[in-house]
Amino acid sequence: MEIHRYEKAWFVAGMVLIVGFIGTIAYGAVGPGIAMVDDSGGQVGATPIANGNWDAVDNFQEPGVYQSGENSYDVYIVAQRFAFNPGTGEPVRVPAGSEVTFYVASADVMHGFNIAGTNVNVMVAPGQVSKMTARFDEPATYGIICHEYCGAGHHDMAGTMEVVPQSEYDQEPSDGEDRERLRAALTYGGDR
Amino acid sequence: MATITPDESDTGTATDDQVIDEDRNAFVDKFPTEARLTRYTFLVAFVALGIGGLFGLIQALHRTGAFRGFVSSADYYTILTGHGVLLVLVFTTFFISGFFNWAITRSLDRGSVDPRVEYGGFAMLLVGTVLAAVAILGGLVDSVPLSADVLFTFYPPLQAHPAFYIGAALIVVGSWVVGLGWFRRFWAWRKTNADERIPLQAFMVLTTMVMWYVATIGIAIEVVVFLIPWSLGLISTPDPTLARTLFWFFGHPVVYFWLLPAYLAWYTIMPKLAGGRLFSDPLARIVFVLFVLLSTPVGFHHQYVDPGIPEGFKFVAMTNTMFLLLPSLLTAFTVVASLEHAGRQQGGDGYFGWLKTLPWGNPAFSGMALAGLMFAAGGFSGMINAGMNINYLVHNTLWVPGHFHLTVGTAFALTAMAASFWLVPQITGKRLQLRGVAAVQPYMWFLGMTLMSNAMHRAGLIGVPRRTAEPQYEAFNYAQTVGGYGEMRIQIALGGTLLFVALVMFLAVMFATILAGKGGDLRVNSEFPEPLSGAEDAPKVLDNLRLWAVFALLLVVLAYGFPIYSMIQSGALDPTIPAVPVSVAGWLPI
Repeated sequence: MEIHRYEKAWFVAGMVLIVGFIGTIAYGAVGPGIAMVDDSGGQVGATPIANGNWDAVDNFQEPGVYQSGENSYDVYIVAQRFAFNPGTGEPVRVPAGSEVTFYVASADVMHGFNIAGTNVNVMVAPGQVSKMTARFDEPATYGIICHEYCGAGHHDMAGTMEVVPQSEYDQEPSDGEDRERLRAALTYGGDR
Repeated sequence: MATITPDESDTGTATDDQVIDEDRNAFVDKFPTEARLTRYTFLVAFVALGIGGLFGLIQALHRTGAFRGFVSSADYYTILTGHGVLLVLVFTTFFISGFFNWAITRSLDRGSVDPRVEYGGFAMLLVGTVLAAVAILGGLVDSVPLSADVLFTFYPPLQAHPAFYIGAALIVVGSWVVGLGWFRRFWAWRKTNADERIPLQAFMVLTTMVMWYVATIGIAIEVVVFLIPWSLGLISTPDPTLARTLFWFFGHPVVYFWLLPAYLAWYTIMPKLAGGRLFSDPLARIVFVLFVLLSTPVGFHHQYVDPGIPEGFKFVAMTNTMFLLLPSLLTAFTVVASLEHAGRQQGGDGYFGWLKTLPWGNPAFSGMALAGLMFAAGGFSGMINAGMNINYLVHNTLWVPGHFHLTVGTAFALTAMAASFWLVPQITGKRLQLRGVAAVQPYMWFLGMTLMSNAMHRAGLIGVPRRTAEPQYEAFNYAQTVGGYGEMRIQIALGGTLLFVALVMFLAVMFATILAGKGGDLRVNSEFPEPLSGAEDAPKVLDNLRLWAVFALLLVVLAYGFPIYSMIQSGALDPTIPAVPVSVAGWLPI
């Protein structure tokens, strides 16, 4: 077979580009440590969550923010048509400079969980827990978006996340009563 | 007697002289049965394109907030489903059926072995389309108990009316049957041409179909084994992750099912229109074989951010995806080299002088060339999507529709329109009408897509999501960027409107041509000049389709066997831990 020499050069350049791309991704994983969302979040039935039977589900008894270390927090969030709990009714609040691990589960259909403009961007599949860790160094307010179509009210499903200065965070513990009210609203008003 | 050189097209100045049939050398005169089938498939494709495009305009105006009076935001998703299904499933499948039917007939110089097979496939495609369309459009009428606003991806547990799933299944099976007709023709040709190389266009049609048969296994299992029985209430909710995996098994290779016909046009038709010839036949064959091998084991790259799938499987799919860049890069070289050769034949010189000699006023050429140019841009954003780590930034944002409106929405759609300008006169025996409109049309599309797609890409980078009726949120604002979000919204609305105008221009030319009287000097033919480097230079093993099919299946088993096995091990088929069934149709008691 006859291959033109420019074709050969182009072929080699193409292969270098491809191998280079794969190299950058491999480096991203081992260097800066960019981990993909995987199966480490475990599985959880959507039905007990949807039925409001929170106590039957480990770790999702009480969705919200939990301190797990000196500078680290675990955030448990339930995504349900058409709200995040917490996130929609009350913002997710974490102190600046902390490492936050999100655990997101769906109570009904496929949802998305994206903190707009950041790397926190996962699918939320019924039956699976989406686990993802991120660092938030500066105080800021972010929008949380459901980016996977989940029904006629999909465009209303959004929330906020507030990264507040450490001093402010210590003064204002989150309000348990608000959460109770939101949970009741979610349980009865899941459809529209 | 008028002679027709291979380089002439139907868009130059033509005389109105009556000529007798032997001078016309049009496809329809030689193969009337095949031409009729291609006419039927094109007609359905154009109708789907018109309706789907109208839905696209409604979306562009609605989601940017330019005008929200057509539908409510809740009904927006029905329009979105119609846009997706009519354009990427119905328009593409019908157009490709007709286009490939022409290509394989012309290239093997042989009519159908039994036209009932191809017509049977066409009938299945049509019935499937009607079922799916009725199910979708029923969602707009309150009194009709049908709905299917589950979008083109129809992830369970969102549920559509069974007619939607049955229609989708019939469209896939119909395409299998049409393809069977082409293989039967090839086998018949092989009997009398045992030692000959497969003609290039036939080779491209057959390899694309081998890829398509492998790729549709996933969707066939998802729809027939899980979704149809589930929508009929026979089984409980299928596992959402397994269903999504089966969907994307098909969902990425399907884009090559759209793209390879465009490649066929760029490799074989475009160099001729430019007044030249294909640079390398062997390389074209290698490109298509690479697509057969690598197209299917890449679907996990749509599931980079899915929970429940180990990172290793995603990494394997990522490497496959990256190597899939190779055939497209080779295509870029061969196509541009062929055009440069054509330009230099016409006297163009210097580094870029040859570009000026190309027939930019011929819509068949300019459409394909502009489509190729936009595909290059779409290829670069595709490389970003394939990058596992940067995918976090763009997954399910408006970036993604920005990307695929360049690939499917331009590389395929604009090439299909350009090919129609050239091909419809040949399959109807009528001269192209409204040539001035036709000459402007590709540029209009290009302009509209430039505005819409660049704004979509940039909006995606600041986190604006796709697939939403109202991307503005009361609680927060998107990060400010150059130009701002408002400017992007205007570009999307304006670009979408220009695209719709271009679409109307195309349909006007087509229907004027179809309705025009017969006769006259067509000045088009289906002859192609020999490539510079011909098939005799290609290794014989490239023509061994069975070998490539086996290798392709083997790679699929390697990429998908263990992940699917492990999903089943962790309870994907266990009905005791289902998701909540959510009926969008509202006809199932839940």
